[in-house]
Amino acid sequence: MDAPPVTEHDPEQPRRYGRRLFLATVLGGVSSLYWGKAAWDHVTGVVSPVASAVAPGILPSGGWRIYTISGHMPVFDPATWRLKIGGLVEQPLSLSYDELRALPRVHQVSTFHCVTGWTVDNVHWGGVRLKDVLDHARPQASGHALRFVSMEVPYVDYLTMPQASQHDVMLAYEMDGKPLPQEHGAPVRLIIPEMYGYKNVKWLEGIDVVPRAGNGYWENLGYDRDAWVGRSNGYGT
Amino acid sequence: MKAGYVKRFSPVERLLHWVNAAGFLFLLVTGLILYLPRLSMLVSRRQLIQSIHFWGGVGWLCALAVVVLLGGRRLLATARELDSFDGDDLRWLRGRKVPQGRFNAGQKINAILTAAFAILFGVSGLLLWFGEQDTRYRFASTVILHDGLMYISLFLLVGHLYLTLIHPATRHSLRGMTLGTVRGEWATRHHAKWNSE
Repeated sequence: MDAPPVTEHDPEQPRRYGRRLFLATVLGGVSSLYWGKAAWDHVTGVVSPVASAVAPGILPSGGWRIYTISGHMPVFDPATWRLKIGGLVEQPLSLSYDELRALPRVHQVSTFHCVTGWTVDNVHWGGVRLKDVLDHARPQASGHALRFVSMEVPYVDYLTMPQASQHDVMLAYEMDGKPLPQEHGAPVRLIIPEMYGYKNVKWLEGIDVVPRAGNGYWENLGYDRDAWVGRSNGYGT
Repeated sequence: MKAGYVKRFSPVERLLHWVNAAGFLFLLVTGLILYLPRLSMLVSRRQLIQSIHFWGGVGWLCALAVVVLLGGRRLLATARELDSFDGDDLRWLRGRKVPQGRFNAGQKINAILTAAFAILFGVSGLLLWFGEQDTRYRFASTVILHDGLMYISLFLLVGHLYLTLIHPATRHSLRGMTLGTVRGEWATRHHAKWNSE
């Protein structure tokens, strides 16, 4: 037989590119668990302002996702809502929305980190310093932690006094220049930028001074009590 | 050239396609409720939707696995067709009008990506589910991978729907995926290397 030898690079010979594409896609996807966030942050820096302009409030513009734990999102009624500060305090308080807004007002720009990996940069918050509210209630010396109670039952979470005393911890009733929207915790939510979002209790209606910190809603499901961004919940450790 | 209608997709190929399509659409809808702020607010029962979405995803992958096992050798032959790219396929991808087989090169790539994405959706979905309970399964990029797959799949789906429902030259192909057959002259025009004998 004098059949001509098959050349190695015969372009007409069918080649098994399909399996290579399949494997490359699967491997690329799995490896993106390690590089995806960095790449995505790079892309959203460009895309997100456009998305907010084109479809405000429809696309998850700015990167917000709305997490709830119960069947119904709490509804804020200014007539009945009160922020109650109690527990180990000299002077229990029950503040109406207007009374809360009458306290010294502060603004800050901080970045919001969710433990599931998404981040929203440069959120403009308006509200009051937690410390200013607590000073009115005068916590007793035996109170070493705070319990934050949400209208979304049974959501609670805790901060120790040193955590709650950080300079940028606040009770925010405004977000990006407008009253805090319902899905972000209207009328007021806790903001502690150094910790993941699940510590930033939404739909706040109570703050109790307690002897020590306990497990909040997500901590009962295995999340860290000290939810430092980048240094907890399996990250950076 | 065959006259009348020719058989393009076997029953098991169509079953695989429609099981995948139904599962994908169900997961797209339940997923978007979890993802889009407006829909999340409208529905609000996040825990319930999350469970439905997760178990829907598990059911989708199991159903696909059952069809693949059912298809056995017949689907293996289909996979070989999708795997193989000849010189004409590469020329087709560069925009040249060259004869194509039962699948053109674009359809091959779409099918391969769809299969790879099913696996990646499954992996990232399981990691999201178990990551909520155990930090060992938690990666900062899982949610990015899951969302990114959704965006690319949605883009592919829109193109797919345009070609199969709207574009006049190609929409006849829908008949192949529903009834299994296509017109012989159409097959010769679009898939000459398959329907030429």
